[in-house]
Amino acid sequence: MAKRIDVSDLDIYYGNFKAVEGVNLSIEPRSITALIGPSGCGKSTFLRSLNRMHEVIPGARVEGKVVIEGQDLYGSDVDPVDVRRQIGMVFQRPNPFPTMSIYDNVAAGLRLNAKKTSKSDMDGLVERSLKGANLWNEVKDRLNRPGSGLSGGQQQRLCIARAIAVQPEVLLMDEPCSALDPISTLAVEDLMMELKEQFTIVIVTHNMQQAARVSETTGFFNLNGVGQPGRLIEYNPTEKIFSNPDEKATEDYISGRFG
Amino acid sequence: MTSTTSAPPAQQPKSRPGDRIFAGSAKGAGILILVILAGVALFLISESVPALTASADEISGDGGLASYIGPLVFGTLLSAVIALLVATPLAVAIALFITFYAPRKLAAGLGYVVDLLAAIPSIVYGFWGIFWLAPRLVPFYRWLEENLGFLPFFAGPVSSTGRTMLTIGLVLAVMILPIVSAISREVFSQVPTLHTEAALALGATRWEMIKIAVIPYGKSGVIGGSMLGLGRALGETMAVAIILSGSAAGITWALISSANPQTIAANIALQFPESTGLAVNTLIASGLALFVITLLVNMLARWVVNRRADFSGAN
Ligand SMILES: Nc1ncnc2c1ncn2[C@@H]1O[C@H](COP(=O)(O)OP(=O)(O)OP(=O)(O)O)[C@@H](O)[C@H]1O
Ligand SMILES: [Mg+2]
Repeated sequence: MAKRIDVSDLDIYYGNFKAVEGVNLSIEPRSITALIGPSGCGKSTFLRSLNRMHEVIPGARVEGKVVIEGQDLYGSDVDPVDVRRQIGMVFQRPNPFPTMSIYDNVAAGLRLNAKKTSKSDMDGLVERSLKGANLWNEVKDRLNRPGSGLSGGQQQRLCIARAIAVQPEVLLMDEPCSALDPISTLAVEDLMMELKEQFTIVIVTHNMQQAARVSETTGFFNLNGVGQPGRLIEYNPTEKIFSNPDEKATEDYISGRFG
Repeated sequence: MTSTTSAPPAQQPKSRPGDRIFAGSAKGAGILILVILAGVALFLISESVPALTASADEISGDGGLASYIGPLVFGTLLSAVIALLVATPLAVAIALFITFYAPRKLAAGLGYVVDLLAAIPSIVYGFWGIFWLAPRLVPFYRWLEENLGFLPFFAGPVSSTGRTMLTIGLVLAVMILPIVSAISREVFSQVPTLHTEAALALGATRWEMIKIAVIPYGKSGVIGGSMLGLGRALGETMAVAIILSGSAAGITWALISSANPQTIAANIALQFPESTGLAVNTLIASGLALFVITLLVNMLARWVVNRRADFSGAN
């Protein structure tokens, strides 16, 4: 199920602006990889290049290679729609479809796959996904209510349920807890720990403790100055990053002596 | 607001001349509109009274007011509904194309051309309808009669000039296309990126994204826009008057024959110059009917558009 990701010499552009430069890294399957770094250094941009969401922005493009389990993501014969079906994404702001019920939100991705699913199979999948996202108990009595009627934390877990319902190989999460209270945050972190048994997870976070708590590997992005492209400064096991990083910049950032 | 300003003791927020002038003129404009509207309504009602109270045989056609206005109301609604049924899907398709499919340069040009349609005077549409569109529709109408003639809409005999209810509906559709597509475009372009990206990230194709994120979000806005279009189609005078002149018939569902019901606005335009006395009051009473219909349609549109707020997703 879970897959390995190899990135080599990746440059990412918005039009003529080079936002990220020269990224090389390998992400292990069945692990959590955290990406940290100051605002604007290109973490979200990099994350979105891993499931080809980057290119939905007009003028945006990438150069370099992203290989998932031997398959070149940007190969000329690869359909971005298929890529996104394999690589799920959870956004910084919870974004359930406002016009759909909780049930339909979870089922949305499954219905896109166009496989005919019977009502009872669908019920089972929706229940399993909501349980997987630790949301089932809170919503099981109101599955037909709009998803936008949930609290922010519940909405985010609904989005996670929606993303895992299609059984992706990889799950990308862009600051999934930045809008959540500490309790919901812990719930999402517990969830990630469970999910990594099946999925490869990449998470962007501004929360150092979170990165230290959940991830095996951490990547530190930084940029030299305004208008300069962001770079991957250090990529190492999380323990090493937080105790004895190779780079001075990493240590400064982690200990709050940044800027 | 803060104690650091040297303003007089602040029991009330300080009122600034600019704010006062703006508030005053806005209030004035609002009141003016209400007064004008009330004036028009009063005029229509008071001038309709003689027709409303007249005995049946005094009204032209000798059947009484209801049987005079009835076919007109029917014709008005029928032509407007045809226009709406044709224009709305087309306008939505154009708006979707411009917003999501067309390359940016083409999109701008296309949007401009559609908006330009709104600037053409309606009498021009009337002439276009008679001299260009109607003759070209006749073979198509013949075909409809032969193949679908069993439906009451396409019952024969087919008009040889093409000046029929369906032609009017099509001309009106072209006339309301700009407003419906402009509003649809506006609504579609406001769908939050958050929602479109949610769909794309699930592996939706562009069309699937439109189905699950764009249409549900924009639906009520599109309905509101088509109600505005309906309002315009109901009140359209010159194009209808030109195309349907002299073919007044009673209530009929036949859309492609030469006997068609007239519409209220066109009937007023055609009859007014030759009318005197009670006939004028009768025409004004039909105008009152149009006024009420338009008011109802606008209230419906407002209600639909307001419902949007409930599921706009602004959370
Ligand atoms: N849609 C866009 N168009 C043009 N430039 C963009 C766009 N989105 C981001 N950028 C630029 O790309 C660079 C990286 O942005 P990105 O959003 O990836 O940063 P980030 O590391 O995720 O920051 P944060 O921690 O604040 O989320 C920034 O300089 C930003 O201004
Ligand atoms: Mg970001």
